[in-house]
Amino acid sequence: MRASGLILVVLIFGHLFVNLFAGEGVHAIDFAFVAGKWADPFWIVWDTLLLWLALIHGANGMRTLVNDYAHNPSLRRIFKGALLASTVVLLVLGTLVIFTFDPCPAGAPSDLLPSFCAEIK
Amino acid sequence: MPDKSAEALAETQPVGKSPRNKLKAPAGTLYRGREGMWSWVLHRITGVAIFFFLLVHILDTSLLRLSPEAYNAVIGAYKTPIMGIGELGLVAAIGYHALNGVRVILVDFWSVGTKHQKLMFWLVIILWFVLLLGFAPRHLMNVFGG
Repeated sequence: MRASGLILVVLIFGHLFVNLFAGEGVHAIDFAFVAGKWADPFWIVWDTLLLWLALIHGANGMRTLVNDYAHNPSLRRIFKGALLASTVVLLVLGTLVIFTFDPCPAGAPSDLLPSFCAEIK
Repeated sequence: MPDKSAEALAETQPVGKSPRNKLKAPAGTLYRGREGMWSWVLHRITGVAIFFFLLVHILDTSLLRLSPEAYNAVIGAYKTPIMGIGELGLVAAIGYHALNGVRVILVDFWSVGTKHQKLMFWLVIILWFVLLLGFAPRHLMNVFGG
């Protein structure tokens, strides 16, 4: 928790700064904005680390709360099972989304795509 | 992991012999009721809130893989005034959790961390306030400024 927490401070404040504070803030975020970020391996690594560390850190914290408050043993097992299952599913899903992302999907309206898609076709 | 929660342990503190006796405030070692406890309570509440946002945020980001239209439609919801206020709350929660998390690390690993935990709590509150003073006006102008 301590180690992932320290790294997350940097990763999350960087993420918030670029996505919510810089430029037009939340209004700038759309498909093309993310495609532009993920054209740079720097942000692919950043977001993958963010996904894994944040979700594992959060699930581990929730495990502590289950240990503290769920006194019934079978309820405890259900909560922890659900926690583990949702964590694994979201880690796999999120990682696949980042690494199979297509910035210029065929058939999509070009005004929704990043500008570099026009140069490719 | 102990079976008893912090509250349950705190409840086991001995009370006066008869119920008539005025409850004496236990001095010295009791954790309950001051900066130490409230920093912990806030840390839990903000942690849970951030966790559930994270679940939703991974799912909405996954729409990038479906189609630009689907992603833009859902991310458009984040640009509404109500969600804009929610984002301010999110940043406030993350800011507190991060700053207090650093305080917890210092309490754990810094040789005089425990001694200065109260001072560090108020330092966390001040830094948190400064952080929000920087973020809130700009974000609210983005959200409500059209």
